[in-house]
Amino acid sequence: MIIRGNHKVIVQGITGKQGTFWSERMMEYGTKIVGGVNPKKAGTEHIGVPVFGSAVDAMKGLDGGFDVSILFIPPMGAKAAALDAIEAGAKAVVCLTEHIPVQDVMYMMAAAKERGTQIIGPNTAGGVTPGECFTGFMPAFNDKIFRPGNVGIISRSGSLGTLMCLNVVQAGFGISAFVGIGGDPIIGTTTRDALEALDAFEKTEAVVMVGEIGGAMEEHAAEYAAKMNKPMAAFIAGGAAPPGKKMGHAGAIVMGDKGTYKSKADALSAAGVAILDTPMDVGPVLKERMG
Amino acid sequence: MNFEEHAGKPLLKAAGIPVPEGATATDADGAADIAGKLLADGGKVVVKAQVPTGKRGKAGGIKLAGSADEAKGVAAAILGMTIGEHTVGKVLVEQATPFTREFYAAVINDPETKGPKILFSTLGGMDVEEAAEQDPNAMRSLAVDIRKGPDRADVRAMLDGAGLDGLEDDVADVLMKLYDAYAANDAELMEINPLAVLEAGGLIALDCKFTMDDSALPRHEELAKTGTPDKLTGLEAKGKELDLKYIELEGDVGVIANGAGLTMTTMDVVRHHGGVPGNFLEIGGESYTKGTEALSLVLDNPKIKSLVINFCGAFARTDVMTEGILNAWDELKPTLPTFWSVHGTGDVEAVAMLKERLGVDPLPDMSAACKAAVDAAKNAGDA
Repeated sequence: MIIRGNHKVIVQGITGKQGTFWSERMMEYGTKIVGGVNPKKAGTEHIGVPVFGSAVDAMKGLDGGFDVSILFIPPMGAKAAALDAIEAGAKAVVCLTEHIPVQDVMYMMAAAKERGTQIIGPNTAGGVTPGECFTGFMPAFNDKIFRPGNVGIISRSGSLGTLMCLNVVQAGFGISAFVGIGGDPIIGTTTRDALEALDAFEKTEAVVMVGEIGGAMEEHAAEYAAKMNKPMAAFIAGGAAPPGKKMGHAGAIVMGDKGTYKSKADALSAAGVAILDTPMDVGPVLKERMG
Repeated sequence: MNFEEHAGKPLLKAAGIPVPEGATATDADGAADIAGKLLADGGKVVVKAQVPTGKRGKAGGIKLAGSADEAKGVAAAILGMTIGEHTVGKVLVEQATPFTREFYAAVINDPETKGPKILFSTLGGMDVEEAAEQDPNAMRSLAVDIRKGPDRADVRAMLDGAGLDGLEDDVADVLMKLYDAYAANDAELMEINPLAVLEAGGLIALDCKFTMDDSALPRHEELAKTGTPDKLTGLEAKGKELDLKYIELEGDVGVIANGAGLTMTTMDVVRHHGGVPGNFLEIGGESYTKGTEALSLVLDNPKIKSLVINFCGAFARTDVMTEGILNAWDELKPTLPTFWSVHGTGDVEAVAMLKERLGVDPLPDMSAACKAAVDAAKNAGDA
């Protein structure tokens, strides 16, 4: 799902240093943060919103509950926090944490699937819907990068996704939504899920996908891209990476001939997606494709 | 983190899966001692190179011996051998086990189903790729709900028609225990290949490949000590000590960027302009305050002839990263031609700082910065 300005958001871990800093930025930008969670500070108020002992309590205690929870929680506590948000009935959980044990992540995924909760991440920098709201730690307030417009961006990486948005805006376009899906090998919202969400999002008229070597998500997204009407371009990072090495992201590893740049570029090309040699090529390609 | 066979097998044993008796040695005399004890009841021993890679048998790293002397001889030959990129420093000496069939069994993390998956094939004792070529349909699999663990009836049903000749229940038992070993040890792969059928009846694990999820290492501190850390170069080891993601590469253009995706892309764009990256070095995320350490790491590599610094701030503030690099700059006073591209959170402050302290402007985009660094490396090479 694309998180919108009218979605009610809570932050689990709101009282921590990063939780506080980014919650304030999000509020300033327009994200409708209605509460936070810290079991040790239940019943207090922090940066102008009530703090609850759990997401379940927040859902009961807040007038009208909440839609989305953002997790500013350390790796070993993330599973419990996510399960709390899922049990509370969150529509979406944005999981920013990197280095959550994968078996914990799979547990969160199984619980989320059963309850129909959309998990975004883990290991994502979050998302931006320019002019409406942002979730996570994105420089949404920088309008040289996140100027509102009609191009949707999907990225595993926050920094590279930000760079792609910058290039799109420098080329004279704007961003409808940035969806950061996260760099872990197992994530809740796949490239294809994000692509379907942007296809259904009325503000989006074209999609730029920023992929990475490793896994098969770009190949799966290509299947959907083949039948999508909105024009699409893709950049895949890691073409110069040596095989068998994890390139920073746990998911960015080439094993044998699986997860290679070529496999992804070929699948996307065959689906009619324009392949970008560098992120700077996005402007001319969009101009051509969006006519 | 990878675990060698000798470190993985005790985990299978703890889960109730039979493994041969044996012990490890780091020299030939030690191997002879172990062999002597194991051969007291007759039979043979097998001496196996302990390296975290496959194809040990084909490389000559697995040999049978019928006496302690013979075991000493084969151990001497195997120790010091190079298999893949690894030098053998340890052998496992085990009772040799006569068997009639070899199966494949594993539990993995599956990104497609976002859960654990049990795998089984009657084509064991060979590479998975080789087996897939021989019979693409031989591999059976079962997706598991990690909250409940596998249901034995489902595991048993997965084996129907696999041609196990009455061994279905025994195999199902092993698969249930293998799942326990996978779950208890935060494995991303727990594999038995081969799972052998003994001449005397019953099943035994003749090998074990175990890879632990790196993110779970903090909750397995004791076990992690028995694992085999990735082979690192001197600089990579230093990077790891500093808690920086640094990978040494063969080229001469140094790369510092924030975030894994942006760092990879910076390498790609260096390649695009005809250069060869000399390293991967990411200082984003939690390590964005480590600009100083990052610069000294790049400068420590004598092959590096130019440097591109590419920051695009989101969570990581570009001004904090830039300040870290500039502090190191004052200290180390490098002469390395360096090209900057700076955008995103904190960029106004970062650009002002660059101007004030180094007297330089960043290039308009990363492509220009990469191209300038590639050209500078070429010029330095020609000089």
